[in-house]
Amino acid sequence: MNILLAILVLGGIAAVFGALLGYASIRFKVDGDPIVEQLDALLPQTQCGQCGYPGCKPYAQAVADGEAINKCAPGGEDTIKKIADLMGVEVQPLDESHVKGDTAESNRPKVAFIIEEDCIGCTKCIQACPVDAIIGAAKQMHTIIIDECTGCDLCVAPCPVDCIEMREIPETIHNWQWDLKTIPVKQVN
Amino acid sequence: MESVIERISRGQFWDFHGGIHPPEQKTLTSTKPIKQLALPKQLIIPLQQHIGLEGDILVSIGEHVLKGQPLTASTNPMEVPIHAPTSGTISAIKMSVIAHPSGLEQLCIFLDVDGLDTWRKRNVCPDLSLLTNHQIIEKIADSGIAGMGGAGFPTHIKASSKPDINFLIINGAECEPYITSDDLLMMEQSIAIVDGIEILDRLLSPAFILIGIEDNKPKAIRALQQATKDNEKIKICVVPTKYPIGGEKQLIHTLTGKEVPAGQLPIHSGIVMHNVATCFAINEAVRHDTPLIRRVVTVTGQALNKPQNVWALLGTPINFLLEQCELEVIENVKQPVIMGGPMMGFSVSSEMVPIVKISNCILVPSKKEMPSAFEKESQEVECIRCGQCSDVCPSNLLPQELQWSAKAKDHPQLQKLNLSDCIECGACAYVCPSQIPLVHYYRVAKAEIREKHQLDLKAERAKVRFEARKLRLEKEKLARQEKNKKAAAARKAAMNKATPEATGAKSAVAAALARVKAKKAAQENPESAKTVDSAEASTTEVAKDQKSQVAAAIARAKAKKQQKEAASEQPKTSVSEKPDNITPTAQATDQKSKVAAAIARAKAKKQQKETASQSPASENGEKTNAEVKVAQETKKETVSKTEQKSEVTPSNSSIKEDAQTDDITSVQTQNNPDTSTAASQPNAVDKKAKIAAAIAKAKAKKKLKETNAAAETSTDKDNG
Repeated sequence: MNILLAILVLGGIAAVFGALLGYASIRFKVDGDPIVEQLDALLPQTQCGQCGYPGCKPYAQAVADGEAINKCAPGGEDTIKKIADLMGVEVQPLDESHVKGDTAESNRPKVAFIIEEDCIGCTKCIQACPVDAIIGAAKQMHTIIIDECTGCDLCVAPCPVDCIEMREIPETIHNWQWDLKTIPVKQVN
Repeated sequence: MESVIERISRGQFWDFHGGIHPPEQKTLTSTKPIKQLALPKQLIIPLQQHIGLEGDILVSIGEHVLKGQPLTASTNPMEVPIHAPTSGTISAIKMSVIAHPSGLEQLCIFLDVDGLDTWRKRNVCPDLSLLTNHQIIEKIADSGIAGMGGAGFPTHIKASSKPDINFLIINGAECEPYITSDDLLMMEQSIAIVDGIEILDRLLSPAFILIGIEDNKPKAIRALQQATKDNEKIKICVVPTKYPIGGEKQLIHTLTGKEVPAGQLPIHSGIVMHNVATCFAINEAVRHDTPLIRRVVTVTGQALNKPQNVWALLGTPINFLLEQCELEVIENVKQPVIMGGPMMGFSVSSEMVPIVKISNCILVPSKKEMPSAFEKESQEVECIRCGQCSDVCPSNLLPQELQWSAKAKDHPQLQKLNLSDCIECGACAYVCPSQIPLVHYYRVAKAEIREKHQLDLKAERAKVRFEARKLRLEKEKLARQEKNKKAAAARKAAMNKATPEATGAKSAVAAALARVKAKKAAQENPESAKTVDSAEASTTEVAKDQKSQVAAAIARAKAKKQQKEAASEQPKTSVSEKPDNITPTAQATDQKSKVAAAIARAKAKKQQKETASQSPASENGEKTNAEVKVAQETKKETVSKTEQKSEVTPSNSSIKEDAQTDDITSVQTQNNPDTSTAASQPNAVDKKAKIAAAIAKAKAKKKLKETNAAAETSTDKDNG
């Protein structure tokens, strides 16, 4: 009799807690931030395709599906480190095969520039631009909206007259970085 | 609120956290009046001298401008115009080093001073009651006034009133060591300053007006008290001397006990603060129609013989000021020049840097006075965690934590530690026993965070644009497909309709199809007719045979070629005729081959004589060839002959050739070596011909096969 009572009591408690947990799991369901969105947020959004995917979001999807994390050349080491942190994997050096051109020459960001006298108005670069940063129409001169250009390089190759080049953004007082090597002002003692 | 005023009237103020008491060094200049300088030879006027944007240039190179004439126009509230500080000619508009720690260049207008100092026409306004508030603000904006305390925020934005301003605070604290420009201005121009304050009073209508002055400026305090004795609203608040009490947030806290929340402007708390020099400039602009073209600059430091406050025209190069104040030049020592005070200023990279609206001090210390400015190497050692920096921080931050995070570039942590609230006063670096240039680490980190933020914004925008583009492409594709589908359906529907037009269209299509078919057939027929002409009689007869059809097609092509050749030159063809490999050599129109052909002909003639018995027969055969069927029997002979010689006689298809052809047949039979030599000679000469010959050889082989087949069939037929 006692045993039966014990079983009943324990069973009852189990049922109550089970129901409670079941209810809580539905009522307080946490919608985890999808990993793809988080990865996408880490990527530089140049949409350059150097990773072999047609944009940053597709690469984020691929990384979520197990693709190597070291294919983002514009993001560099920083991005790889962040992705590694997020995915809980080892940091890997940047896969050199995904680096287009030489990155060593300068660290300053670049944007595409159309030499307008040479432009024949073929619209090929407009079709290549992943962020619609080129204005122009057929047989009209094209030009680049510098503020929207991500410097992805994709418009350079399609140009039949090679009138697009990548130029560094010049250093002005607005984007100048303090340099500790300049003689710092010291205080009076 | 009343308690605040009570406390102020009792002379009791709040205290802000931290602060330091560096040696003041103000007596170097505070005892001398502001000096009026002679005109410099050239002024360099940067287009942007404040926070905000550059205006549009109004003048061109070579233009003569009058004193006070605007050089740029503003189209945006954040743009502040600049004016010609004196009359003269614009000599250049180009990039030049400006007063910025980076030492980078910016667009500047170069003005060659003519020395006449001719004013443009001014509209002096003695009675301000005639002007509306809007007109006054417009005057302030047109005069190019930007906050002269250091930040350079456009004054007209701060002066255009917002509702419920409790306090208008006039900042005369001037807490930084060495600098006395505001002090002297208050001493000498107290009435003008109070007039300026009254204009602001009218614009903003604040509940209280407070003037904050440090207690180390007794003369200025007395002068202002004198000037404000008729105005009950203005309270002069003498605050204790402590660096950096002149900071906006620090002075607000000291006077009112209020703290401006992080990331907010004082205006959100109902407080507006203006510098005394700005008040003076406002008065000048509104009452005397004098734009901001000059300011008081403290030129000081022990390296100068005559340190003094001067009225400097905006755009005056620093080296002119140093000359006027008699800089002691020491050989082989690069004299450091600091713009701004010793705490917050920066070393300038060139002595051609011009004075701008926010430059209040030029400091040229001697080596004894400030040895650190002469040292290239940093004396920095590791942080010993003494905590003195956080004791003196006026913003209640944790400088050492900030420094570690800044070195580690841990931006989220820096934001958590409220780096953005750092006013870069330099108090922490001043007390640091390890000589860590803390402020520099913060400046670097701030710039990095700012850039990172910009990049993030840009990335976000790029993402949006990329997504939008993808969507657009998808849409366009669908639309195109839809359109194509619709068009096809419409066509079909139109065709299937029983209307006369539809049937007409249908029949038109049918007719067109029929026409195309007929055309094709017609094209085929004449060609086959040609083949009949050109090919052997035997081949025409077996034309129905599949094999012979192929042969005929090839023969057609051959015939076409030969036709061309024959048309171009008869004798040449005659030689080139037989083995095809000679054709290209002949084509090469080599002189030599011509000669060879002539020899061959001659030989052939000789042989003709010799083979007189044979020639009539062959002649007959050739002749009948033209009439195709008549020559059946003679043909047999030729065919058998060709078979024996395994030569391509039938393929010669020398139909068009006349009697000469029989010569050729004979030539062909015996002259093969000759022709080959004829071929080899040009070979040596012409490389092209060689290649052509090789191709021709291959062709000849093919042809041989074909003609053999044709011959066989023909013989078969004949036999049959």
